Amino acid sequence: MAEDKKVKKTNKKRNRAIMRSAILSLLVLAIGYTIYNSVTADDVEVLRVGDKAPDFALEDMEGNRHKLSDYKGEGVFLNFWGTWCEPCVKEMPAMDRQYKEYEEQGVHILAVNIAQSDFEVQSFADRFDLSFPIAIDRSRSVMTAYNIRPLPTTVLVNPEGDIQRIVTGEMSEQDIKGFMEEIKPQ
Amino acid sequence: MEKLQCKCGHVNPPGTILCESCGRSLTEEEQHKKLADMRYEGTARRSQTYNKSIIDKIWNFFSSVKIGVSIIVLLLIAAAIGTILPQAQYVNVPVRNDETIKAYYADVYGEIGKIYHFLGFHDLYSSAWFIILVGLLAISLIVASLDRFVPLYRSLKNQRVLRHRSFMNKQRIYAEGPAPEDAMEKAEEKLKELKYKVTLDKNGLLAEKGRFSRWGPYVNHIGLIIFLFGVMLRMMPGFYVDETLWIREGETRAIPEAPGYFLESKDFTMETYTGEGDEAKFEEAIDRVGSVAKNYQTDIVLYQTPDESLPGATDEMEQVKEHAIKVNQPLKFDGYAVYQMDFRQNELRAMTFDLTNKETEESLGTFTIDLVKPEKSYDLGDDTRVDLMGYYPDFSGFENGEPQTETPVPNNPGFLVRMFTPETPDGEVSFIVIQNTIEPLGENQYKLTFQSAETRDVSGLTIRKDRTLPILGLGGLIFMIGVAQGMYFNHRRFWIQRQEDGELVLAGHTNKNWFGLKKDLDQVSGFASLPAYIDQQEEIEKKEKLKKEQKLEGDELS
Repeated sequence: MAEDKKVKKTNKKRNRAIMRSAILSLLVLAIGYTIYNSVTADDVEVLRVGDKAPDFALEDMEGNRHKLSDYKGEGVFLNFWGTWCEPCVKEMPAMDRQYKEYEEQGVHILAVNIAQSDFEVQSFADRFDLSFPIAIDRSRSVMTAYNIRPLPTTVLVNPEGDIQRIVTGEMSEQDIKGFMEEIKPQ
Repeated sequence: MEKLQCKCGHVNPPGTILCESCGRSLTEEEQHKKLADMRYEGTARRSQTYNKSIIDKIWNFFSSVKIGVSIIVLLLIAAAIGTILPQAQYVNVPVRNDETIKAYYADVYGEIGKIYHFLGFHDLYSSAWFIILVGLLAISLIVASLDRFVPLYRSLKNQRVLRHRSFMNKQRIYAEGPAPEDAMEKAEEKLKELKYKVTLDKNGLLAEKGRFSRWGPYVNHIGLIIFLFGVMLRMMPGFYVDETLWIREGETRAIPEAPGYFLESKDFTMETYTGEGDEAKFEEAIDRVGSVAKNYQTDIVLYQTPDESLPGATDEMEQVKEHAIKVNQPLKFDGYAVYQMDFRQNELRAMTFDLTNKETEESLGTFTIDLVKPEKSYDLGDDTRVDLMGYYPDFSGFENGEPQTETPVPNNPGFLVRMFTPETPDGEVSFIVIQNTIEPLGENQYKLTFQSAETRDVSGLTIRKDRTLPILGLGGLIFMIGVAQGMYFNHRRFWIQRQEDGELVLAGHTNKNWFGLKKDLDQVSGFASLPAYIDQQEEIEKKEKLKKEQKLEGDELS
């Protein structure tokens, strides 16, 4: 009888401890998750390294359609830019030199202009004699899908179609070369 | 702590004040009181009793009402501090980043602004510590409620009819004395008539009404928890969207945070009251302030791309509907609402120039440059044309001889042109900005004169989606039900017992509205000829008042 009571008592105690721990840890988890979300919500990079790069389809200045998923197995160097953005202008010639070197090794460049006119983009390309394809994101839907805020932003997509790296701000030629190596198919 | 065994034989959990079975006072302190502490029916708060493991200690901490109130006070102070200066999201800076926002606080509010920003108050409501504070409040609400609700529920569910005399005479409403033979039966009849639930046991009677009113506070805590849960969901992706979209007339743009949807702006209109005819009543106001707005409206077309369509492939979009967005008349689709919030008027859209001979002022023709779609060459016939070599929408100066543009918006458009005429077949180069012409390669014979401009308006729209509204509504509703339950209903109880000597003992208790309880009792007493009752609380107060007065008198005498 007394033994029975004792067993009951320890059972009750154990249940209580489990119950309380469960409730407290659930609440702490909820708070933690909320903080995590609020901290990352304002972050520029809603897309994160390792995420699948959102697929898109854009037409370049020559009228060729570029669909990201068509480049599976190859690296894609995705550069968002505008003619008014100084660092964008500065890095373009270096990008072009590296493009010529890496195109054959399976790294493509696609420069996505943010909703400027054909004239502005074409005269810019002519001025620097750019050979990589340039597309204009007229409705800014690709920009929205990639949540691009500052320009230039470069998204490096590896042969698996995942985001290898996100670079905001100007890149030196050395940087560009290094990034191309990172996404070069083996 | 040890379990407490009452004189009646019942074993109570440690920490109990009044025996669960008979109502005897169990603590020394309680025994000396004139009135019983009836909060939570004298049961033990669960956390008070065990304080062993670390979990129990944390639990105990949050169970305290003092801690709960302290958290609320801290939250109030913090929330108030957040209103002293505007929060970062409402600060108006041209380029939004940490640096400019920091500079804004320093420039506009000086030293105070610097400190405010340094302490992180500019983004107070989404700061980790504020969220933690709200979270602690949630924990406190849940733990404190559970700790009190469970024992209270058990105690009220297992109520005994017969209570010890010491319990009875420590109730605020109390009566004892002789009563007729049929007093108990008549009291039962009357109490039942007054909608009391009556239980009999041997020589005693328990009448009870409105017990559910005691659950009011716990119900409203459930409401609060649901509300907080809704607020928490707002921070999860997909539940809450609040974005701004600036869209120009003629533009088609992807709607931020609404994948697959596009908006085209057809027209923006702003109307003001004329002050004439039907609108004569606005005349006075118009005279005073200049103009009174009547309508802000953006006519839009909503498009959607098929599910399998990819971003960028705008040629696949299909029209969903046309709509005129006005203030308070948003465009609604798929859980989103698009509101008219702001506007900018008269942004340059197209500019018309005249090619003229400087000397003779003879015109060779006019042409219009569409700033959205500039062309490479404008042919004016007769071997006369103007080639556009460069367009700089927001000209900001030259760098290494190259014109620069600061933004893609045509605030200060600059054009680099080469003009061909029969007289100048090799072309003359000119750089034109508003009210200024530069001839970089020497004196020209011809010039472009500005004729006229077309402008367009920009609409500032806000895109909102809030999936948490039903949850917030539900939380609010449950909260209000809890409040009503606890405020407008009372838990009233009477205990009546016939003693061995034939006298009756009566006690009454309610959680609020003692006046109502007394009114009920007056009816029962009159009908069943019960002994007259006294309000012991009032007696005590009366005595204290008398003592005070006597003391004052004494002071005056001496």
